[in-house]
Amino acid sequence: MPKSHPVTRRDFVLVVTTLIGSMIGAVVGLPALAYLVSPAVKVQKSEDWIPLGPLENFPAGSPTPFSFVRVKENGWEKTANSYGVYVVRGSGDTVTVISNVCTHLSCRVTWKEDAQGYICPCHDANFDIQGKVTAGPPPRPLDTYQTKIEDGSLFIFFEGA
Amino acid sequence: MFQKAFAWLDERLGLTTIYNTVLDRKVPKVNWWFTLGSASLFLFIMQGVTGILLSIYYVPSPDHAYDSIQYIMTGVTFGWLIRGIHHWGASLMVVVVFIHMLRTFFYAAYKYPREFTWFTGVILLLATLGMGFTGYLLPWNQKAYWATTVGTSIAGTVPFLGPFIIRVLRGGTDLSAVTLVRFFSAHIWWLPALIAAMIGTHLYMVIKLGISSVPKEED
Repeated sequence: MPKSHPVTRRDFVLVVTTLIGSMIGAVVGLPALAYLVSPAVKVQKSEDWIPLGPLENFPAGSPTPFSFVRVKENGWEKTANSYGVYVVRGSGDTVTVISNVCTHLSCRVTWKEDAQGYICPCHDANFDIQGKVTAGPPPRPLDTYQTKIEDGSLFIFFEGA
Repeated sequence: MFQKAFAWLDERLGLTTIYNTVLDRKVPKVNWWFTLGSASLFLFIMQGVTGILLSIYYVPSPDHAYDSIQYIMTGVTFGWLIRGIHHWGASLMVVVVFIHMLRTFFYAAYKYPREFTWFTGVILLLATLGMGFTGYLLPWNQKAYWATTVGTSIAGTVPFLGPFIIRVLRGGTDLSAVTLVRFFSAHIWWLPALIAAMIGTHLYMVIKLGISSVPKEED
């Protein structure tokens, strides 16, 4: 006499198929979601403290130019951007670091010793040594960086392009 | 509530009829070798899903192909898994489709009235090999480049038409960006479309004709 099974063969196959199917679906499906949103989750930190070297490299008086490069990564592509600043040393450890990007249309300004000011070549804008607008169209003074001095070295805080 | 909704849909879509025809059809008592067709279908779907996922990051250009795959493998979360499944699934699919053909051959299941099922199966086997051949070039590394150089050269040994066939396959006399992008096109559009259409025909005939049983001694 054949033994009677509480679970029919049909039900057993249905349950096992559903279980294995769900497992395969989860093993592929869940990683696939992480795969899709991956570039949105892995955001590169752009802000950082940039070292400008020992403070004695920047003597009081005329502004000292300094440039640094920041590399941006998008997927497998790297883009290097160059940034320029002027370091204005005051008395003692007081220091102002000014961006060389004109606040009018983003041309690069240059310190002119004879004019005692930063001159923008594009529209003849003039800024004084602290970056205040003295002539021309710029709407606001030159941007400045947050600074800190650690063990005699100067750092500026880069907030991203 | 659910039953009512299902009955409403079923009346319009004939879901029960589809289920009964496709999954609840009568089959002779067969063995595990008869699961290879379903296994091939499963692998094809798996390759399709992982392939679509890979196309999100892969760039079919000599400038980017290699780097984009490096990025998938090391930069993207679970990229190694998605590409790994696609890579190993490809080899497995060739093996499974081939054994499926051997089973059909040794059980003589290709005979009347299933000749046309066999015919579409031959196209499916060749298209599967074509998928392997075209997909192999896409990583654009040394192995891929030279394997395709050799593979297309073999096709070029055909008498008279050989040099012309090489130029058709490579899109010129040498391997180039043109070769890469036409292999990519074949790999993600032409061959999958052909395979999908052939699977549809193949399955239609399997369902319409029913499957053959394991041959007995008197057959």
